[in-house]
Amino acid sequence: MSNHQTTDVDIPEAGDRGGIGMAVGDYFSRVKGGDVGSLPAVLGLVVLFLLFTALKPDTFFSFFNFANLLNQSAAIIVLAMGLVFVLLLGEIDLSAGFTAGTAAAVLAVALSNWGLAWPLALLVGLLTGTVIGLFIGSLVARLGIPSFVVTLAMFLALQGVMLLIIGEGGTIRLRSDVLLAIMNQNMPLWAGWLMWALVIGGYLLVSWRAIAGRRKAGLRSTATSVWIAKVLSLAVLLGVLVFVLNQQRQIVRPGKESCPSVGEAPVGCIPVIEGVPWAVLVVLVLVVGLTFVLGRTPFGRHVYAVGGNAEASRRAGINVKMIKIYCFMIGSTLAAVAGVLLASRDNSVSPTTGGAQTLLFAVGAAVIGGTSLFGGKGKVMDAVVGGLVIAVIANGLPLITQQSGIQFVVTGFVLLVAAGVDAISRKRASAT
Amino acid sequence: MTADSPILELKGINKSFGAVHVLHDVDLTVMPGQVTALVGDNGAGKSTLIKGIAGIYSFDSGDYFFEGKRAQVHDPKDANALGIEVVYQDLALCDNLDVVHNMFLGREETKAGTLDEIDMEKRATDTLKGLSVRTLKSVRQQVSSLSGGQRQTVAIARAVLWNSKMVILDEPTAALGVAQTEQVLNLVRRLADNGLGVILISHNMNDVMQVADSVACLYLGQMAAQVQISEVDHSSIVELITMGRSGDIGIQLDDALTGDVA
Repeated sequence: MSNHQTTDVDIPEAGDRGGIGMAVGDYFSRVKGGDVGSLPAVLGLVVLFLLFTALKPDTFFSFFNFANLLNQSAAIIVLAMGLVFVLLLGEIDLSAGFTAGTAAAVLAVALSNWGLAWPLALLVGLLTGTVIGLFIGSLVARLGIPSFVVTLAMFLALQGVMLLIIGEGGTIRLRSDVLLAIMNQNMPLWAGWLMWALVIGGYLLVSWRAIAGRRKAGLRSTATSVWIAKVLSLAVLLGVLVFVLNQQRQIVRPGKESCPSVGEAPVGCIPVIEGVPWAVLVVLVLVVGLTFVLGRTPFGRHVYAVGGNAEASRRAGINVKMIKIYCFMIGSTLAAVAGVLLASRDNSVSPTTGGAQTLLFAVGAAVIGGTSLFGGKGKVMDAVVGGLVIAVIANGLPLITQQSGIQFVVTGFVLLVAAGVDAISRKRASAT
Repeated sequence: MTADSPILELKGINKSFGAVHVLHDVDLTVMPGQVTALVGDNGAGKSTLIKGIAGIYSFDSGDYFFEGKRAQVHDPKDANALGIEVVYQDLALCDNLDVVHNMFLGREETKAGTLDEIDMEKRATDTLKGLSVRTLKSVRQQVSSLSGGQRQTVAIARAVLWNSKMVILDEPTAALGVAQTEQVLNLVRRLADNGLGVILISHNMNDVMQVADSVACLYLGQMAAQVQISEVDHSSIVELITMGRSGDIGIQLDDALTGDVA
């Protein structure tokens, strides 16, 4: 490449970006320009965590509660991931909570009444979500009914469907040890570390290949020091997580003792609880897979494009209607996954599964994490960060006050702050 | 292809919308390496003509020759396949994507099913360099952070990325300040200098006089005249736009009358 030509082309020269200092500087200038991303959510998470730790050091800040918190957040996170796809288009899915419930109900019925094997029943449950998404997406994209109205109608209708499937006031037990294990069992200790090694190794390999490819092509790329810092911080963060979750966390009451790991267990001992909950693996796989879809495939690019400017996308030859339908299908399928997690956590499905604040918490999680309600901006990771914020509030507040009124007010306030940050950052971005 | 033969030649184009006869026997010639300005008052039929060329409408009758060969254009994809790109007034850019993403929007390069960012960034950079664009800080900038002139630049660069042979620009300077107008006009000139045929729609006579090689003037759906810019001046173009004729060029009422008598 003729980099030293005397044309005054100001396209940046090839070469690496400066070191960590410059990367940090770049980040701050992006934040100032209105591109705050997940920053408020991450800060909020840290502040909330420190706050609850200071107020309730013995109950909130315990190994047991830490794992419990992750389990609590898993369903909301997965639901929020699905909503990210819908929100990216500037649409909304109010029925996602009851899509989760309906899928869970179908799953439970398939297991107990139809006697299907769990993989088959799981497939049927997930397909229920996909079909609901196809229905919603078709109404929104083909008929042009606003998604708010379509999903509001589905919000009502699916509650009815759940009642019809389950029966008034009844509950159906989830009869599958494998599916129950997701929320109630933990990975063996070695499997937790294997998961850690695979994630770090995979990230190391993929990110380095990208950097090396750009350098070979003579394009600007991340500096090696920044890359090392990123890999190291991910390794430490995930390492701490696995390490903490691998500690024994059973609560031993006075006068009782933990069961020994080998040999004969005395009567009345408290079983050992240790290891990474399987739900964490489910969330991790979904985060990696969906981040890949949104960031690295033409489909993902088109989702952002449609959310940013649907008319421009149409003129560029993108099939806007199909993109919309696919996004609703993905959203509802992920809602079905969330439904499986909810059922697994409750051991059963009732007409309230996926109801109450489930959906609002999930929308809140996506928005708190940094996904814009105006479309075109958001990441799968947002759902994780936002979901953790919601879970920390839902988990920590009851330790401080039993008044559920305060909990609702605080959660609502946090959501308002998040939506406010979104709106302000949008204004800033358009002003610069 | 010699530079003397037109890249686009329209002969006797007619187009009606229901009872409204919008284009009457319109002829238009676009030479490669030249900027052909298309002027005319509101409602003269400029947009209809452009949309017909771009395949958004099909013409009712008339001949459409591209590079000397008769072409059938009934769909925007047909026009793209011929090498015709249109830059619309509202630019059609996605604010939330960066420059490279916008330039390849809908036509992303892939490698094994995943986006080939490296190849796309290289091609985008090369195209911008080829146009001597010097106003972009980085091709990885989000479009929302660009000025009006920079956006226009990105939209034009997107149009030439696809080895296009003819670019149609719909009022590219309408919303721009003085300095940015200058930049965009220079860019338009460079497109032609790179050998492309350029159709420039503009209401601004200064722009037309500055950058165009020939000017085609529509008057109430008829082609009043297509002349070399050297043959006309500012005021005669205005006369052509407002009255359809200027001196002995344009639609001559006398001719029409004698024609009828004969």
